[in-house]
Amino acid sequence: MTDSGNAASESGTSMVRARGLRKEYGRDATLVRAVDYVDLDVTAGETLAVMGPSGCGKSTLLHLLGGLDRPSGGQLWLAGQRLDEMSERAMAALRRDSVGFVFQAFHLMDELTAAENIELPALLAGRSPRIARRRANQLLDQVGLADRARHLPSQLSGGQRQRVAIARALTNEPLVVLADEPTGNLDSEATLDVLRLFESLHIAGQTLIIVTHDSRIAATADRLISMRDGAFIDETRLTGGTSGRLGALVNLDG
Amino acid sequence: MLALLAKEPSHGYQLRARLRQALGPLGDAMNDGQVYVTLARLEKAGQVTCETTAGAADRPDRKIYALTAEGQQRVAGWLAEVSWPKPDLAEFHLKLLAATAARLADPIAIIDAQRRELLRRLRDAQRAAMAEPARSDASLLLEGVVLRLQADLRWLEACERNWTGRKAES
Repeated sequence: MTDSGNAASESGTSMVRARGLRKEYGRDATLVRAVDYVDLDVTAGETLAVMGPSGCGKSTLLHLLGGLDRPSGGQLWLAGQRLDEMSERAMAALRRDSVGFVFQAFHLMDELTAAENIELPALLAGRSPRIARRRANQLLDQVGLADRARHLPSQLSGGQRQRVAIARALTNEPLVVLADEPTGNLDSEATLDVLRLFESLHIAGQTLIIVTHDSRIAATADRLISMRDGAFIDETRLTGGTSGRLGALVNLDG
Repeated sequence: MLALLAKEPSHGYQLRARLRQALGPLGDAMNDGQVYVTLARLEKAGQVTCETTAGAADRPDRKIYALTAEGQQRVAGWLAEVSWPKPDLAEFHLKLLAATAARLADPIAIIDAQRRELLRRLRDAQRAAMAEPARSDASLLLEGVVLRLQADLRWLEACERNWTGRKAES
């Protein structure tokens, strides 16, 4: 049996699993431990938020989880596949087929329409233009932008651009969606739209990992991990909420 | 309640509906009886008058409430007020100091517990906001609640940094 076969059975129901994960930059006096021996298990269908101040290593962690960057040490699995030992070629295919990325600055192609941006990952994965188009239309509908298919990113608001970027992340039906400060550039109304969209993905069973310093997003996750100096310092399970007496929040109770 | 009556004399059930619309899910904890209790109190205080009209027999709620001159004055005074309800930051601050001085509890643990509670409240408020249609009256109120909880959470972060620093020094 191969190593990855063992890993698959070891990783159980975890969609994402990390053990002793490390990422270091520089050396000796200038050594920075961006991610410092992190253990993580994310179950399929879970929404996890990682919160912390800028420079705490949360973006680096996300890059490691999505195969955008290589760890300095430790072990990492995605759906039972060992990432830290994967060839560059296999890693590129995995990023394309199994991981959806959402960034603060959207990273849409300016010269392509909303629909074309969403089709692109499907075309790169070898789907036919017809199938890619059908998938893009379906996703535009899902993110509430069916009437903006032919708009260029410059003709869309920030919130609409981020919804296109989320649709693009979903094109190849990824195992996990990784979002880095997805509401960092958005006003509160657009933030609500994005949160509603994440909620609908959550209900549909999508595994979602969001790093953010926005407590609004963090509060809507199933689980919240606080990160400082490359390490996890606190974990909070948020499902359940308060006793549900909303009126108490504005002194209207009793 | 007085301010809701300022628009026009109204039945109790109309006031209730206006209040519901203004508060959305935040008003769920209020019961209908509270509206009538409050109206009776205001009537006794001379700020509201109540007239019983000879309405249709199948209408149980035939009372129409209206503002008196005194009630109108109170509404005007209330609108001009600049009071702003304050969360009890001082009490929490003193709790941290007292817990540490008397070695009763770890201030960081107190901060963590408080942060969890605020995050749960934020979760409830955020979920309610997500369920509201855009630009409803209640969504604006919920945005205020959310922004306020965020500010409190930021202060807790500052508390944590400060108390972590003190711990490291001692």
